[in-house]
Formats: sequence, C-alpha cells, structure tokens
Amino acid sequence: MTQKIEKFPGVYLRESDFREGRVIFNEWKPNAQYAWDAGVAIGRYLAELKEGRLIGVHCRGCRRTVIPPRNFCEWCFRPMDDWVTLPDTGTVNTFSLCYVTWDMQYLDVPEISAVIDIDGTMPPVGIMHMLGDVDPDAVRIGMRVQAVWKPAEEREGSILDIKYFRPMTNDK
Amino acid sequence: MGMRKVAVVGAGMTKFVRRAQETGKELSYEATKMALDYCDLTLNDVDCVVHGTAPDTFDGVHMKGEYLSDGSGGWRKPYTRCYVGGGTGVFTPIHGWYHVASGMFDICLVVCEEKMSSCQPHPQGAFLTIFDHTTERPLGPNLLWIFAMEMNRYMHTYGLKKEDIALVSVKNKRNAANHPCSLLGDADITLEDVLNSEVLAWPVQRLDVSPVTDGAVALVLAAEHVARRISDKPVWIEGVGWNLDTAYWTNRDLCYPRYVENAARMAYDMAGITEPRKQIHIAEPYDPFDYKELHHLEGLQLFDRGKAPEATALGITQRDGDLPVCPSGGLLGVGNPIAAAGLMKVAELFWQLREEAGARQVPGQPKRGVAQAWGDLMQVGTVIVMGV
Repeated sequence: MTQKIEKFPGVYLRESDFREGRVIFNEWKPNAQYAWDAGVAIGRYLAELKEGRLIGVHCRGCRRTVIPPRNFCEWCFRPMDDWVTLPDTGTVNTFSLCYVTWDMQYLDVPEISAVIDIDGTMPPVGIMHMLGDVDPDAVRIGMRVQAVWKPAEEREGSILDIKYFRPMTNDK
Repeated sequence: MGMRKVAVVGAGMTKFVRRAQETGKELSYEATKMALDYCDLTLNDVDCVVHGTAPDTFDGVHMKGEYLSDGSGGWRKPYTRCYVGGGTGVFTPIHGWYHVASGMFDICLVVCEEKMSSCQPHPQGAFLTIFDHTTERPLGPNLLWIFAMEMNRYMHTYGLKKEDIALVSVKNKRNAANHPCSLLGDADITLEDVLNSEVLAWPVQRLDVSPVTDGAVALVLAAEHVARRISDKPVWIEGVGWNLDTAYWTNRDLCYPRYVENAARMAYDMAGITEPRKQIHIAEPYDPFDYKELHHLEGLQLFDRGKAPEATALGITQRDGDLPVCPSGGLLGVGNPIAAAGLMKVAELFWQLREEAGARQVPGQPKRGVAQAWGDLMQVGTVIVMGV
C-alpha cells in the first residue's frame, strides 16, 4: 500500500497551529429552529403521558403489542387495531453508565440511560429512558423498574413527564 | 442475471488525521487523483462519478455532495452523491457497481470523503439528531449511549467480559501500525492500556472507540472488457448486499445484527458463496467500536453467535491467523472518517487481493474477501464481496 506509493497526502494540523496563528479558518453559527408535530400516534402517547399513563398499540395481524405507539404496523403494513394501556413497570433490557456529555465534558455522577422493556408488551419491547434513585454500581440487566412521574400539575405531555425509572423495592 | 462483471482497477487514499489542513474538496481530489494515476487513467476516461459523504450538518454546507463534486471529478459528468449513514463507505462502491453492471457506464469513479473536524465543538452535535425528536431527544441523549447499551446487551447475552472485547482494539491498533495512513496505529499497545483507558459510557472506554477523523478514499471501477485491458490483476466485485432494520431500535434484540446477516446472505448468494467460513479469506467488518467487529463477524456468518470473541482470543483473526480480520487496522487503528473509513476497507481488500499491501500483507495468497459497513440507528448493513 501499496508498495508502489511512497508518500500519502494529508497535512495533520495540531492544536498549536491554531494557538500560534499558523492556519486561517472562519466560523459560523447556524440559526436553525424547528417545531415538530407529534403526529397521530405519538400525539396520543404524549396526551396519555400527561395523564400519567403509558400506552401502546396492538396489531391483530402479527399479534404484537408495542410501544412507542404507531398508527400502522410496519411489518403487516396495515393500520394498528387497538390502543392498549400498559403498566408503568418493566425490566431493564440494557443500560449504560455515561460519564461524558455529548461534547465530551466529564460528569462526576454518571447519567444512566437504559432500554426498559415495558410490562404487557408482546414480544417484550422497550423504550429508552433514564434510571434514577439507584446506586450506579447496583444497576443490572434484568432489574425490575417502575416509572417515577412528575406531579400531575407539572406534566405537559412529554416523555419527560416520567422523571426516570427506579428499582422496584418489593420485587425480587 | 444479465449484469456485467465489474472490477476495481485502482485505489487511492489520503492520510487519516484528526484535523486536516486540506478542505473536503482538496482531500477528495488527492484520493481521486491517486486512484486514477494508479491505473493510468485520466478524468477524460471516466464516464460517471459517485460520491459518498456523511450529513450536510458535519460541514455546515447544504448540498454537500455538489459542493465536493469538483474534488471528485464530477463536473460535466453523470454525478450522484449517496448516503446511508455509517454504511456509506461500503454502499458507495455498490452504488458505483450498479452504474457499471447495468451496462450504462464503463468506468466509474467512487469517492468517499469526510471532514468531521469542522463541526464544533464536536461532530456529535450533528449526530445527535438521529434520535427521535419527540420521544428520545428530550432525554438529552448522547450518541455513545446507544452503542454502550448495545455492547452491554451483547456482553450480557453471551456472558462476555470487557477483556474478551478489548482484544479487538489491541489487534486493530497493532495492525494499523503498518498502515502508512493511520491515525492511531500503535505496535506496542497492550490489553491493559485498553482496559485502563478512561470510561466514557460504561462499558465503552476511550480505547474501545474510534476517533473523529478527516480523510478521503477513492476507487476506480471498470466493466469487464475495460478492466481486462487496463489492469494486470482486476479485483472483481463478486457480490453486493444491503439491508435496513427498524428505526424502533428499542424494539429490537440488540445482541445480534440481523440486518447484517440479511445483507451478507444477499452478497454471498450473488457471489455463489455457500460456505463463507471456508470461502472468505479476509474480512474487513466495520469496527468503530471493538465490540462491533465481533457483532459484525457473527452477522457475516463467519462465526457462530457469541463465538467471535473466543476466535479473537485464539488468534484466528490475527493477520496471520486462519481468518485475518481488519488487517488494515480498521477504524480503531487507521481512523474513522465515516464514509471514507468504509471505503478504506474496500481499498484494503483491493490491495490485499493484489498482494500489494506491503507490511500489512496477509500471507497465503488470499483469493476472496468481504468488507462491511454499518450505521444509522444501528440498523443498516452494507456488504461487498471481492475476489481475484
């Protein structure tokens, strides 16, 4: 690599090149703002969250009950049949203890993101949310957890109406 | 099937660096020019150009494919840009392949460029928008989360330890020490170095993940009648496959990449491969994280589910092992300029199968290799099989 090529192009810039003004560059901050419509299925999902409930959908074609809800079954390619109110409990499918922010700032206390398989779904499927009220070292895959909701007056129809999921103490 | 045979006849690449002085166009030009020079062609010989590059938001340039197009020789030619996330680097030569296989064009330039360093303070700011804007982004996700969670699920399912996985990073960074373009090649790295590197998003540590990188890679594809005339040893594209799984990633079992299996089976069927473990001599699976190499080897049907770590520990995937994996050094060693990283793997097969890889050469006159890339919300697999 090839043996025929002796020198490959590409000039490696270093931090000092910028600090000492050896390279010229310019900057720009985009002004991009968005307002997303929640849509039919997720709109209902958010409205139910505001009421303190998790809701999924059932397809009689493939007999799945899934969350987050969708208004058509992506496998059967037909409308979903039923809305199904689900319990706010589940099982940790997987998780991470994250010690950095997206721009690589370090955190002393890790953020614990998880996929939580929600009870009542079939086959078991999950949503992404956070774990809280738990020692990071004690988190395990398979742990039973329950949603901790914001007080009703503070809920606004958002996934953040659930503050986090915490271990169920009277289980196992 | 009425398709023409297509060969790779030339390849070129720039160094992979953390931040390049060259612009994306300049990097594209350097790689493209090298690929053309390799097979003694000029831009006038080229019938069409395909360019792979990641989202416009990386560069802050709308219609980035068009912006870059003079660098890849695209002006006044049939030119298209393609993009399938991290899978782009292997999808772009597939895109070029069907231009030529269809009979429409005889010579096609395939160029992949990425300049990730422009996006400040970190290109994750652009990546993050892949999460669902209503159900996931309010949680303030970090892109590392999903990979850490997938890795954790993989480890849990098969009872793997961090050391079983970190061996991949050691192997690839050592392999990259022989790559003249590598960013992170290190002949002396040890398992302890990887295991002791700082924790980013457990179980992902610093040396489990590939870095932000700038770079470009280019290939020249030719139809059979041209390839036989201009190349002493054309490297044939024998099979291609691509597949996409659900974006409801939390509804999937994260321990196994079924979409990679689907893409691999499509490519193997086309290439007439019935026993990939015997018929594939080199594998270049996508390795932006060390566990991904293992995950993908299993998806590519090269090892049983959960068994790729054991094969790694036994040395089977070393450059001189029974199935050399990432002899280039991969993304973990050479670097990860998204689209260019995938095409680097295809270029590596080209050099390896022509036995021109120098210090990186896999012994035993390899005849057939597979390269694969992966991306989006852990849902796309792109696979190419090449042989001599």
